[in-house]
Amino acid sequence: MKLQQLSLFLENRPGRLGAPLEAIAKEGINILTLSLADTAQFGILRLIVREWDKAKQVLEDAGWVVNLTEVVAVDVLDRPGGLAEALAVLEGAGLNIEYMYAFSLRRGDKAILIFRFEDPDRAIAVLLEKGLHVVDGDELLSVVSGC
Amino acid sequence: MLTELWNDAEGGFHPASAPDFLPETALKQVQLRRLRAVVSLAYDNVALFRARMQERDLTPDSIQRIEDIQQLPFTVKADLRDTYPFGLFATPMSDVVRLHASSGTTGKPIVVAYTREDVGVWSEVMARTLACCGLHRGDILQNAFGYGLFTGGLGAHYGAEALGATVVPISGGNSDRQIMLIRDFGVSALCCTPSYFTYLIERAAELGIDMRSLPLRAGIFGAEPWTDGMRDHIEDAAGIKAYDIYGLSEIIGPGVASECSAQQGLHIFEDHFYPEIIDPETGKALPDGEEGELVLTTLSKKAMPMIRYRTRDITSLISEPCACGRTIRRMRRIGRRSDDMFIIRGVNVFPSQVEAALLAVEGTLPHYQIILTRDQGLDQMSVEVEVTPEVFSDKIRALEDVRARLAKAIEHILGIRVGLRLVEPRSIARSEGKAKRVIDRRNEGA
Repeated sequence: MKLQQLSLFLENRPGRLGAPLEAIAKEGINILTLSLADTAQFGILRLIVREWDKAKQVLEDAGWVVNLTEVVAVDVLDRPGGLAEALAVLEGAGLNIEYMYAFSLRRGDKAILIFRFEDPDRAIAVLLEKGLHVVDGDELLSVVSGC
Repeated sequence: MLTELWNDAEGGFHPASAPDFLPETALKQVQLRRLRAVVSLAYDNVALFRARMQERDLTPDSIQRIEDIQQLPFTVKADLRDTYPFGLFATPMSDVVRLHASSGTTGKPIVVAYTREDVGVWSEVMARTLACCGLHRGDILQNAFGYGLFTGGLGAHYGAEALGATVVPISGGNSDRQIMLIRDFGVSALCCTPSYFTYLIERAAELGIDMRSLPLRAGIFGAEPWTDGMRDHIEDAAGIKAYDIYGLSEIIGPGVASECSAQQGLHIFEDHFYPEIIDPETGKALPDGEEGELVLTTLSKKAMPMIRYRTRDITSLISEPCACGRTIRRMRRIGRRSDDMFIIRGVNVFPSQVEAALLAVEGTLPHYQIILTRDQGLDQMSVEVEVTPEVFSDKIRALEDVRARLAKAIEHILGIRVGLRLVEPRSIARSEGKAKRVIDRRNEGA
C-alpha cells in the first residue's frame, strides 16, 4: 500500500531542477508526480516514479544524494471539503503528517494526495478503517496509463 | 631637549622613539650585543633550544657577527604547542608577571609570558608605535582592542600610558557606546581592527553622526590583513589617517612594527626584534627587497625569548631611507601568509578547527570550503558543506536542524559568527594536491 518516494537535495539556484529530471528522463523513467520544498538556500525535490529503484541508481550514479521514503497515496472526493474530511480522520486518530502534496492527476471525481506520515503503517490502518481509499502503486500506474 | 620635543604637539617625538633614529652602525652594535645575550639566556634555560643548538654543534659563542644568526635553528608555532603551556619559558614563574594566550589549532592556546622588564619593553615599543602614528601626550586614545588574554588590548593600553596619552579602555564591542564616547570625549585616536572600524563608520552614519565632523584624526589598525583600498575608504569616510601596525603574540603582541606618517611600509623596532626574510621552502636567508617569509628574533625578551621564529607572514624588507627620518628598516604590508591560517575580525582561524566541528556533528568529514568575503567593510566567514547521505533527509526541518547544528559547532570553537550553507554533493571543486579549503574574496574589488 505504501509508495516509495525519492528525495533529492538541490541548491536553491537557477537551473538546479533540470539536471536530475533530465537524468531520469534519459533512462525512460516517467515521473508520476513531484513536489518541491524549498528554503532560501536549498530545496528538496520529492519524486514518485514508476521504477524508483532504477531511478535511485541513476541519480546516485550521477552524484545526487537520494533519500528513499515511504509515503501513502489517498484519494479524496474532488469537491469543497473533500480534503478537510480526510484530514479530520487523520487528526482524530492523532496521526502526525510531516508534509503532503497533491497528485497532479485526477481520477474521475477523486483527487489523489500524497502524505508523508511519521508512522505510515498505522496511518494506512486508520485510513482503511475509516473507509478512505488508499491508492497503491499498481493502481497509481493504471491511473496514469489511463490518461 | 627631548622632553621639549615630546611636549611639542606637531612633529615632535617621544624620548622612547630615540632608537628609531639610531645610525646604522650603532643599531648593529645594539643588535649584536642583545642577540648574544638572548641566545645565551635561551641556551642556558630552554631545553628545546639547547638540544637544537647541540645538534648543530653550536654554542652561544658561535655568534660573533649579526649574520651568524643564520646558523641558528628556527622556532615554529608547533614548538609552542608541543611545549604547552610553559616549556619555552627561560625564567622561573616567580619572575613572570603576566601571561597571555592566543587561539591554537585544536583549541589549545599558544601561551606567552612576560617579566616586568618584558612588560617595560612592550610598553616602550607600543609607545613608539603610537608615536609613529603621530600620537603624543594630550591625545585621547580609545582602545577598542579586546582586553584579556588577547595581547591587543593591554599592549596598546600600556603603550599609550607610556606615551603619556589619555587612554579610554573601552575594549571591543558595544558600537553605539564607542561612537558616543568618540564624540563626547573628543577622542583623537582609536585603535581596533580595520574591519571593526569600517563597521563603526556605518553605524555612526545610521545614528546620524558624520565621523568627519568629529575630532578623531588617527586610526591605528592591526590584527588582520587589510588592503590599500580599504585604507582609502576609511580615510575618506572618517576623515582620519589610517595606520597599519603589526605584531604577534609569540613575539610580544602588537608593537613589532608600525607605519609612520609616510605610510610606505611598517618600521620594525629592530633594536628589539631582529627581522630576516627567508625562502619559506628552503629556509635560506634572502636579501633586503626580496619577498619571503618574515622570521623574527626577540633580542631583549626574558621570560620567553623567541629565536628565529617563523611568522608565516610573507613580506619583504625595505632598507632605503624613509621620508619620516627613521633609520630602522621597514617591511611591506602583509598581503598573505605561507600557511593556511587566516585572520578574521582579529581571530586566528585554522581550517582544522572548522574540520573538527564538522566531524563532531556529522561523524565523518564532509567536503567543505570556507569562503571569506567583505560586506560593507566587515569580514564575513561562511562555510559551504556538501550534503552527505548520512545527514540528508526528505524533511526540510531535519536539514535546517543539521545546518544549525553545524553552524553552532563551528561558532562554538571559533567564537565568531559564521554563515553555513549546505551545498550539493560534488559541487565543491576537488584539488589534486592540497585541498583548497579557504577562498578569500575579501580583497576583490576592495
